[in-house]
Amino acid sequence: MDALPLYGRYVAISLRAQLDYRASFVMQAAGQFLVTGLEFVGIWTLFRRFGAIKGWTLEEVALFYGMISMTYAVAEAIARGFDTFGNMVKYGEFDRILLRPRSTVLQLFGQELTLRRIGRLAQGAVVLAYALSTLHGVWSVERIALLVLAVVGGVCMFVGLIILQATSAFWTTESLEVWNAFTYGGVTMSQYPLSIYRPWFRRFFTFVIPLACINYFPGVAILDRPDPLGTAVAFQWLAPLAGPMFLLIALQVWKLGVRHYQSTGS
Amino acid sequence: MTLGAVRPYVAIVSARFRMLLQYRAAAIAGLWTQIVFGLVILGIFEAFFRSTTRAHPMTFAQIVSYVWLGQALLGMLPWNADAEVRAMVRSGAVAYELCRPVDLYGLWYARALAWRTAPTVLRAVPMCAIASIGLPLIGLDEWRLVAPPSVASAVAFASTLACTLLLGCALTTLINITLLWTISGEGIVILTTTLVTFLSGMIVPVPLFPDWAKPIVQALPFAGLVDFPFRVYTGHIPPQATVWVVQHQLLWTAALVILGRWLLSRGLRRIVVQGG
Repeated sequence: MDALPLYGRYVAISLRAQLDYRASFVMQAAGQFLVTGLEFVGIWTLFRRFGAIKGWTLEEVALFYGMISMTYAVAEAIARGFDTFGNMVKYGEFDRILLRPRSTVLQLFGQELTLRRIGRLAQGAVVLAYALSTLHGVWSVERIALLVLAVVGGVCMFVGLIILQATSAFWTTESLEVWNAFTYGGVTMSQYPLSIYRPWFRRFFTFVIPLACINYFPGVAILDRPDPLGTAVAFQWLAPLAGPMFLLIALQVWKLGVRHYQSTGS
Repeated sequence: MTLGAVRPYVAIVSARFRMLLQYRAAAIAGLWTQIVFGLVILGIFEAFFRSTTRAHPMTFAQIVSYVWLGQALLGMLPWNADAEVRAMVRSGAVAYELCRPVDLYGLWYARALAWRTAPTVLRAVPMCAIASIGLPLIGLDEWRLVAPPSVASAVAFASTLACTLLLGCALTTLINITLLWTISGEGIVILTTTLVTFLSGMIVPVPLFPDWAKPIVQALPFAGLVDFPFRVYTGHIPPQATVWVVQHQLLWTAALVILGRWLLSRGLRRIVVQGG
């Protein structure tokens, strides 16, 4: 098992390459911080106008927001290779990957660790810190552990989504942008508690693309308040496991895709 | 200006227009993403509106139109630099632009006109059709895009939207010109993205801003990109007030064109062409 050291080498090279353009990196990271920061100012503006959203306060919403923001920043950074996979298939570069005696998944993860996502990660951390500092009684070891578990599970789920998007390129030779609806749309949806939405909407994000399992359900448990949707506390604690399960399924689909691969020959 | 003087610019617009219409698959994918996005945003606004019984500066129905128009006309907003101009500045090909027998500002403005309209038309028409006819079919009556309240509002909207295009292209050209200094243009682009999306009302409609912030935001050019035309559409700004809106838009357009021309002439005096 030399996969981990090899991944470490990949990451080190990727980081060194990005830090060669230091000014550009700083600008992009600061830009991400600013853009996502203004997004939260937008949410603050709405709360100033409306007071609350279906019984949830700004401080509580900030917890969901901070969690999903950090989750997505990490997932986007590590799965960048899959994100740009469509071009790789288009130009026939995937052939090179197949020739090497290592797994395709490892090599694609090793393509890039996108450093500029640190801007969004920091913004999410700031919002999360704001939420945790204003909410009472969330500072127990178990709850912080659940928070970490939810973020890790969430990273798994988003990486799974990005892998599924990449897999579609095996059939269409182009990364299907239609998946962006679920990634970007899913992030925006998760910034607010699931219970505010209409039932069909909630069902979609619980059963089809179970983003609620890595954000809303554990979030309710962390806030230690009864779930308006009536789920049991035990379920809320176990829900983040849906993340790794989703990733495993996505990896199986990926294998199927690799078997189906036909080079474009260019 | 005689007809002959305008002809090269018309040719530039139509050539770019035809080229940009080639990307149909990307347009369909973008359309789908934006519809899902619109649904999420409306879900959030609906929850906010159902949380209070107080009267708000806008009704939910007006917000719905505002959101759908925003999703449909997103491509018209000057939130990024023209990738081709950026590549030209980087590779040094911008020198060829200087050899052309047309005014460079006019050339880049014409490019922007095509770039801001072709993809937008391709997206806006099906988007509005789905938002107004498709949504009621799947039981989302309250979330559908409704027609303007009167013919006067519709006419007023059309005229303000035309001015929005002129204003947006003046801003786009200005962003392109700043590339002469920064080459990669990242800082400027990030700054404009942020300013345009937030201050135009794209993230939160301007009427919902804190009362102290509204006069400031509405004096800036960005409100003329989203907030003014969309509120004219919904009747939130009565058709009689359109003259004032158009004046605001055209004054800012003129100011930005003058600024852009001045910057361009300064930039060309000190330009260093990259590459051989």
